[in-house]
Amino acid sequence: MIQVVDLVKRYRKAQRNAVDGISFEVDRGEFFALLGPNGAGKTTTISILTTTLLPTGGSATIAGHDLFTEASEVRRMVGIIFQRPSLDQNLTGEENIRLHAILYGVHSYAPAFRLMDAAYRRRVGELADLLGIGREVFDPVRTYSGGMRRKLEIVRSLMHDPKVLFLDEPTAGLDPPSRRSLWGYLDTVRRARGTTIFLTTHYLEEAEQADRICVIDDGRVVAYGTPAAIKAELVDEYVVVDADDRPALLIELTRLALPHSGAGPFRVPLDGRRTHEVLRSIETPLSVVQTHSPSLEDAYLEIVEKPRA
Amino acid sequence: MHEVSAILAIAHRDFVKLLRDRARLVSDFAFPLIIIGVLGTSLQAGFGTPGGFNLLTFVFTGVLGQTVWQSAALGVISLIADREQDFSQEMFVSPISRYSIIFGKIIGESLVALPQALAILLFGFLIGVPLSPAVLLALLPVAFVVAIFGGAFGVLVLSNLKSQQSANQIFPFVMLPQFFLAGMFNPIENLPWFLDILSRLAPMRYAIDLVRDVYYAGHPEPVRVALLDAPTNLAIIAAMFGLFMLAGTTLFVRSERNR
Repeated sequence: MIQVVDLVKRYRKAQRNAVDGISFEVDRGEFFALLGPNGAGKTTTISILTTTLLPTGGSATIAGHDLFTEASEVRRMVGIIFQRPSLDQNLTGEENIRLHAILYGVHSYAPAFRLMDAAYRRRVGELADLLGIGREVFDPVRTYSGGMRRKLEIVRSLMHDPKVLFLDEPTAGLDPPSRRSLWGYLDTVRRARGTTIFLTTHYLEEAEQADRICVIDDGRVVAYGTPAAIKAELVDEYVVVDADDRPALLIELTRLALPHSGAGPFRVPLDGRRTHEVLRSIETPLSVVQTHSPSLEDAYLEIVEKPRA
Repeated sequence: MHEVSAILAIAHRDFVKLLRDRARLVSDFAFPLIIIGVLGTSLQAGFGTPGGFNLLTFVFTGVLGQTVWQSAALGVISLIADREQDFSQEMFVSPISRYSIIFGKIIGESLVALPQALAILLFGFLIGVPLSPAVLLALLPVAFVVAIFGGAFGVLVLSNLKSQQSANQIFPFVMLPQFFLAGMFNPIENLPWFLDILSRLAPMRYAIDLVRDVYYAGHPEPVRVALLDAPTNLAIIAAMFGLFMLAGTTLFVRSERNR
């Protein structure tokens, strides 16, 4: 659905590339997460993919359409929820939705809600009910809470039935209950319509739900794959064992074909084995047992907190 | 059809915004009323009819043209404020032509300028500016043309600006000199050559002159007041409009995407 090859962006007068040669693919219907710390290049990438920013180099297509020569086709197919709400505060929720539906050519202009076609009125009602803002949709956006604004933006972005929905840190500034319900709604939408979801976030727990994660830092891809694969790649799980009778333990480890390193204590990588199994198979009395099993979060923090070159 | 619908929707939004913004409604009306009421009547009282024509109607027509033209220009520049509130992103990711977005904005801001034109006409009528029904009717479409022209000028200014703050800073330099160069309340027939060149370059001059063409056609003065005839002014306005739209939109879109 989305193909990105060697994308580079250097802002004018910038000293270094904001996006520095990243490549990835997103399949149809996939839930894809672009994960990285603040300033990693997430918003730059999403701005390029939604055609509001031209890259310095590289290429990208969405559903086979080139982003730069067929921008109009791409715009028709994608929806975006920006990092900062992009609602018109002077209008009501419904008026914001109406403007969007007309801009995307889904419905024709009419000066009032009652004069819009029946399909439009039904759709607004359905989507607003689905997201739980059915009653407030005719109120001025000014009176909405942060969570309601996000919901309104989701309703709006779904009006033209996008094939890909981009969400740029959609939960920033939301309280935990709003955050949780937002994920619930997105999941519903995805199941009901098969929409491809492209999420940027700096929260690992949000990305963990994704089909695939691309971790970027400093404009470069650091890790890319399913959450499990990334965990296997990034997280180094092992047990450290030692015995008073080291030679016997060494012989036994070799006999058991357990990979190990060190001259004692020995480091035994788990490689998917359970700690318990490994320990039970060893009969030499152990004097030291240490397990090393960082969470994905620890691994992620290790990546993003390492000093910049 | 889709593009027309989109243009209407963008224009509609601007008009709705005006109706909901009381402060802007009041301030929009205050300035022209002060100029005509104070300046026009005091000039008339102090100088009478030195150029052979009534100064009150001269200032009145000047203010009518200037207000409508400037209101639309300023309104279009509010696209910058939209950008700062991140609303313009919503329009710029949509699949309609960039020209449609800009044109919709110009139409919207021109609609916003029209109630101002009406208020000025009403106020002029109250303080004794001669206004026949025929002239009144003719001035409305003229006001709309002037507004659209002002909007296009706004696009050109907008395309060279980065923020609302820079817009506020540059506006006195772009607008204020035009008050004088365009002959809003001062005759510009006998300017020194360098001011004459600047005056001929000032777009507002043709907007005001077109208003005077129409007004003085209905209420002739002993001497000719407008500088050029209406068809010539319209032709110049059309040419400048095309130029501003093309250059302004191209530059604006480029600066948005090529950051």
